[in-house]
Amino acid sequence: MSMTILTVDDSRTMRDMLKVALMDAGYRVIQAVDGQHGLEVLQQETPQVIITDINMPKLDGFGFIENVRRDQRYLGIPILVLTTESSPEKKNLARRAGATGWIVKPFDSAKLVDVVRRVAA
Amino acid sequence: MDTMAAIRETFFQECEEQLAELEVGLNAMDEGVADSETVNAVFRAVHSIKGGAGAFKLDRLVRFAHTFETSLDLIRSDQLATSPAVIRTMLRSADLLADLVKASRSDHPVDETRVDAQIAELKALSENAKEAPPAATAGGGEAEGLDFQPLLLAIDDLGPPESQTARYAIKLIPAPDLYRKGNETVRLLRELSRMGDFRVECDTQHVPALDALDPEGAYLSWRVELTTAEDEAAIHELFEFVVDDCELEIVVDRAGGAPQASAPAAVAPIAPSFVAPAFASPIASAPAEAPETIEPIESLAPATAVEPEKAKTEAAKPEAAVSAATIRVDLERVDRLINLVGELVINQAMLSQRVLEAGLARSSSVAAGLGALEQLTREIQEGVMAIRAQPVKPLFQRMSRIVRELTDATGKIVRLRTEGEATEVDRTVIERLADPLTHMIRNAVDHGVERPEVREAAGKPAQGEVKLSAAHRSGRIVIEVSDDGAGINRQRVREIAIKKELIAPDAQLTDGEIDNLLFMPGFSTAQTVSNISGRGVGMDVVKRSIQALGGRITIASRPGQGSIFSMSLPLTLAVLDGMVVKVADQTLVVPLTAIVETLRPKAGDVHALGVNARVISDRGGFAPLIDVGQELGYRRDAADPVGSVVLVVETEVSTRCALVVDAIHDQRQVVIKSLEANYRQVPGIAAATILGDGRVALILDIDTFVARTNRSATAQEPLLAAVG
Repeated sequence: MSMTILTVDDSRTMRDMLKVALMDAGYRVIQAVDGQHGLEVLQQETPQVIITDINMPKLDGFGFIENVRRDQRYLGIPILVLTTESSPEKKNLARRAGATGWIVKPFDSAKLVDVVRRVAA
Repeated sequence: MDTMAAIRETFFQECEEQLAELEVGLNAMDEGVADSETVNAVFRAVHSIKGGAGAFKLDRLVRFAHTFETSLDLIRSDQLATSPAVIRTMLRSADLLADLVKASRSDHPVDETRVDAQIAELKALSENAKEAPPAATAGGGEAEGLDFQPLLLAIDDLGPPESQTARYAIKLIPAPDLYRKGNETVRLLRELSRMGDFRVECDTQHVPALDALDPEGAYLSWRVELTTAEDEAAIHELFEFVVDDCELEIVVDRAGGAPQASAPAAVAPIAPSFVAPAFASPIASAPAEAPETIEPIESLAPATAVEPEKAKTEAAKPEAAVSAATIRVDLERVDRLINLVGELVINQAMLSQRVLEAGLARSSSVAAGLGALEQLTREIQEGVMAIRAQPVKPLFQRMSRIVRELTDATGKIVRLRTEGEATEVDRTVIERLADPLTHMIRNAVDHGVERPEVREAAGKPAQGEVKLSAAHRSGRIVIEVSDDGAGINRQRVREIAIKKELIAPDAQLTDGEIDNLLFMPGFSTAQTVSNISGRGVGMDVVKRSIQALGGRITIASRPGQGSIFSMSLPLTLAVLDGMVVKVADQTLVVPLTAIVETLRPKAGDVHALGVNARVISDRGGFAPLIDVGQELGYRRDAADPVGSVVLVVETEVSTRCALVVDAIHDQRQVVIKSLEANYRQVPGIAAATILGDGRVALILDIDTFVARTNRSATAQEPLLAAVG
């Protein structure tokens, strides 16, 4: 059983890119279009890793992570944040919200998978 | 198409959506809406484009989007006020961004000076903003520009120094937060172990008694000795996510080529505490048994384990989470479907007719089943038509850019207001509406709205307004372009028309007729041909385009108050509501939209006018009688209107005509089959259709039919002589 990864991003392009890269690496990918949708998806499935965008409508990445971290069911689940801002503030905000790590856009597939492997069991 | 090309295509489609969002948001901001939701949406749109562009190495796009985004971020963080000037710069930037997206998509070059100029303009805004509030945080402008370089790739490029090994002593004392955020020391150690020669020791001396143990606490720490060819940066990168949630010490021992030899000495200073762990309780001794194996730590993260049963059921529904609101389909496929449904409609009608002819009672099960089929067919048809329907929003949005460019060029102040953007119309109608609409919007700004000083002198606000609206009205779409300008100068229109010999100097024309002169070929009201609306195409071209779409256009104008151009268009080009009529044993279809009323004239209603012509009194006026059968060459002599049926139709030039036909057969929706595609164009005939009995019926094009009749009023040449 391959590992399931939930990707949360409002951009179709980014969702597609993540999906292709992760599926090529043998992961199973489920998707959500914003933070709120991500929480809904989590009601039905428990992925082993979550990759989320920050800037999204309805519920942004920070809010999404905070919600996930409050839920005992997802204790310790690795959450990677996708960010174009490589500035320390953004990373600190993500970290404070409870992100496990981050992936800086633009990413190449190898790097993405590398980061996922680093945080995944 | 390979996967990347497909994603690239998706990216550009998404760009279009983002650009639309951007425009909507900026326009809302222009109107004073400045809530964080709107500002965020605007920011997000540019941000998304930048993100995707980076993935495809569209550097030009990234560069501009980044500058744009930086300025928007200042607005978002209230460091830059949204003055009209600022919003204008943003709108212009949005236009340029749209152009850059287009250029990137087609690999076309862009005007770099324009990009540079716009970047300079945005930067100037940012600079001003940063001078004002002292609280401007780090990370804007240039600094961030550098920051956005593809960081990960850069790291990859560094690469490990070849064959240079070094020994590192690493001390890791995690804080509880490290685990809480989903990081795992076991994984960190595993990654470290992959980097080279690896030795680890676990310090368990801080593990408390079980009753005092916080399950989410962090009590273990590690000491690692690593000999690797990787450089220090690579090790730091490994701890990138956890540096703030642990105590980390990485000491490099550059022992050079013989790391093994000096290893014991290097480890010595901190080794004792690991060698002799002291436990408060014997129960906690489990971890102590495994200083080299790190499995027990796994228990700190129970959530990563999934019950196998649950996982299995989840696997059975892949993609369930994807909220695919849309799919992309080739237009060709849709059109093929529409054609097939058209055939289905015809077939169903034929079947109904056969059943009727076979004398089956209405109550028979066959007739009942047929009724259900008819209902279903109609629903399928409507459903398929709806696939082609699209909201007019993107079309309208293009117009706002045109208004913007025009206001810049003319010095007028004009605001475009749109209404009914969600109104859906057939895609082809939308496509073919773009040019005429552009022309009309240009006219409204160029000829309609007055200059600010003129407006103020007339007691109007300096800013003019052009309104663009769409609405569904009784099975058609009505699109209106109105302005609050001076209205049509009828005196001047009249003078020009006389000068151009379009009308006689003494012609008695109503206001409506004068307004309609604008639609005459060769008419142009612009005294100096401006480079904006004077492009050799006049309103006559607009009118013809609208007519070609099965639509009609009308003008209403009030001096000093403005003009309204109103277009009424069919929702689809595939079907038509028609009246099926009989003329000299031939079946014809007259578009229902053209018919004003139907009459059965009495002898007293018909009056002779000269030798050939006859008129019928209609609503206090007279309408010329046209014998359809004679006109189309079906019969030599005109039928007697008395005893026939007369269809009063209204043409584009708003004149009424009375068409004489033998009988009205039916009123129904017919599927349009192009005559041009299957035979050739015939003046006076719009298209053909296939009736329920399988016979072909021609659909009249009222305007060209009437126009043709008027022109050949004396020497009448049968229109359909060639058709037979």
